[in-house]
Amino acid sequence: MKKTFKLIDLDCANCAAKMETAIKKIDGVTDASVSFMSQKMTIEADDARFDDIVREAVKVCKKVEPDCEIVVK
Amino acid sequence: MSRKQKKMLVRIIIAAVVFAAGLFIPETEETFSVLWFVRLAVFLGAYFAAGWDILWKAVRNIAHGQVFDENFLMAIASIGAMIIGEYSEGVAVMIFYQVGELFQSVAVGKSRKNISDMMDINPEYANVERDGEITEVEPDEVKVGETVVIKPGERVPLDGEVIFGASELNTAALTGESALRGVAVGDEVISGSVNTNGLLKIRVSKPYSDSTVSKILELVENSSDNKAKTENFITRFARVYTPIVVISALLLAVVPPLVIGLSSGMNGGLWNDWIYKALTFLVVSCPCALVISVPLSYFGGIGGASRHGIMIKGANYLEALAKAQTFVFDKTGTLTKGSFAVSEKCPQGISENELLSYCAAAEQISNHPIAVSIINAAKAFGGVPKADNAEEIAGFGVRAVIDGREIAVGNARLMEKIGAKITEQKSAGTIVHCAVDGKYCGYITVSDEVKENAKPALAELKRLGAERTVMLTGDRKITANAVAKAVGVDEVQSQLLPDGKVKAVEELYRDKLAGSTLAYVGDGMNDAPSLARADVGIAMGGLGSDAAIEAADIVLMNDNIENLPLAVRIARKTRHIVTENIVFALGVKLAVLVLTVFGLGNMWAAVFADVGVSVIAILNAMRCMSIK
Repeated sequence: MKKTFKLIDLDCANCAAKMETAIKKIDGVTDASVSFMSQKMTIEADDARFDDIVREAVKVCKKVEPDCEIVVK
Repeated sequence: MSRKQKKMLVRIIIAAVVFAAGLFIPETEETFSVLWFVRLAVFLGAYFAAGWDILWKAVRNIAHGQVFDENFLMAIASIGAMIIGEYSEGVAVMIFYQVGELFQSVAVGKSRKNISDMMDINPEYANVERDGEITEVEPDEVKVGETVVIKPGERVPLDGEVIFGASELNTAALTGESALRGVAVGDEVISGSVNTNGLLKIRVSKPYSDSTVSKILELVENSSDNKAKTENFITRFARVYTPIVVISALLLAVVPPLVIGLSSGMNGGLWNDWIYKALTFLVVSCPCALVISVPLSYFGGIGGASRHGIMIKGANYLEALAKAQTFVFDKTGTLTKGSFAVSEKCPQGISENELLSYCAAAEQISNHPIAVSIINAAKAFGGVPKADNAEEIAGFGVRAVIDGREIAVGNARLMEKIGAKITEQKSAGTIVHCAVDGKYCGYITVSDEVKENAKPALAELKRLGAERTVMLTGDRKITANAVAKAVGVDEVQSQLLPDGKVKAVEELYRDKLAGSTLAYVGDGMNDAPSLARADVGIAMGGLGSDAAIEAADIVLMNDNIENLPLAVRIARKTRHIVTENIVFALGVKLAVLVLTVFGLGNMWAAVFADVGVSVIAILNAMRCMSIK
């Protein structure tokens, strides 16, 4: 499954790159992309564990950039 | 400016004023005197006003294990400077860092907004007519078959057919075409275009999710997922750059003072001197300028291209297009109009007009595009006579009786069949022979018209340095060669079977110069495999053709082949700006590092190398938006 999330207050390009690397390392993630320009994050991961993976992704992003908010619909 | 940015601005101003006041307090030799304390207090006040959030983030992020976090590095550098007694410098570095960050955030925000405004084709509502009343609803709530009212100035929310009214539509946001498109009852309208003058009612033909506007938006939104190789490279580079500079800083702080101190016995001020240099290194260690300017440039290039009706599905395709040296074209619909017209009339024993009207009269029973083109040509010359007993002979042509004369119109085999002897001809295009009462009367050539702007477009590609332009077609050799000559392609491969095109593309792909790419340009109808096989698949005329939008990497929305060299220019220029930024940012950073080691650099230069360079790189990247 592939899903896109909006990011609010993603202020630094380097953080976006760090988030992307961190999300890609999560077990079960096939691909991830964090776009600083469009302030969006796309995660492609296992269907079965998708929600858990998203929660984990939010957690690692918070670690990199605590001010950035991820809108999980 | 957002509220957050305004708050930051106020903080910076306060910090700057307090800092300026601090500069008037004379430096004193006596440590811990009253004046010394006052001076320290004023500088610390300015420092915290400017950078308390940086300090807080540094602490918080280090707790999260983010060692090479830019906030942390900035905090260490500025605090370190103050510890070794460089108060004013420590404060100034923090203030300037914040000024740079603010500027950066404003500039990025602005270009982001510019670009998204440019791509703003999303209709916000639809006035749907239900039970005689008009209600405003979300476009995705409208069902196929419902009637939508579009007032002047409103955006067409869904694809549909006009059932009432007439107006002119502005499709600039979709195609880059500024000329208005006139529509009346029975015409198709495309969502995303803007109604300019008359009231229109349309019957919705596609649900919102399948309409043109949502297809394009999807394309645009996903484009940031396809990152350019350069961007990925820079991100990887950034991951090693920061640790390397930080480690060098550590070594710089410790090794030289030890070595020099031991060898010369000198010590006074030596440690402070090298620690200052090391702190300067820390300020330069942030890779922000690089990391920010690459995606911003590509984003700008893609945004700028969209203004001309060139939709690019990702930075990687823009990058690949910049390197394209082999351009492969499909013939019909790409270099030619894909519509037939009479190009030549060669009568024998009768007049040109007679030939044309005989052929047209006989062809009336047929609705083949070739027949239609002959009929249209005849109408332009004063009408089509009535034909009797017209019959179509499949695979040969048609026969009819006109004014009591037996007319046969068709291919060479038909002429042979009725015993009419045809003369040799070397015309390009489809040849339609004509015989009257069994006697050969000449032929008409019908051919696909070459697009007027195909030749200049190809000439410009050549000027831009395209190594090889190739045209592929399933058409006859003679026709293909004529078109090739008219538009000026280097090579032509004709009489290809449907799968022959992909094979030809594969061969050309193997032959291309190392490091260059191959672009395939087609009209998207039956070129999907070739579009997919090429490094960059470019489809012509995206409007109304979902297949083209899906199969291609780049879509020329307005069917204008002259947008191809424009797209190449945008791609090249964007790549150029990206390279400029990388070289500039790395160059300045490196220069500052080297100067620092030799004692010629200082923290001011370092702050410039960090945020100053970022701002310049961002401004440079913004040029990508307006390439013409």
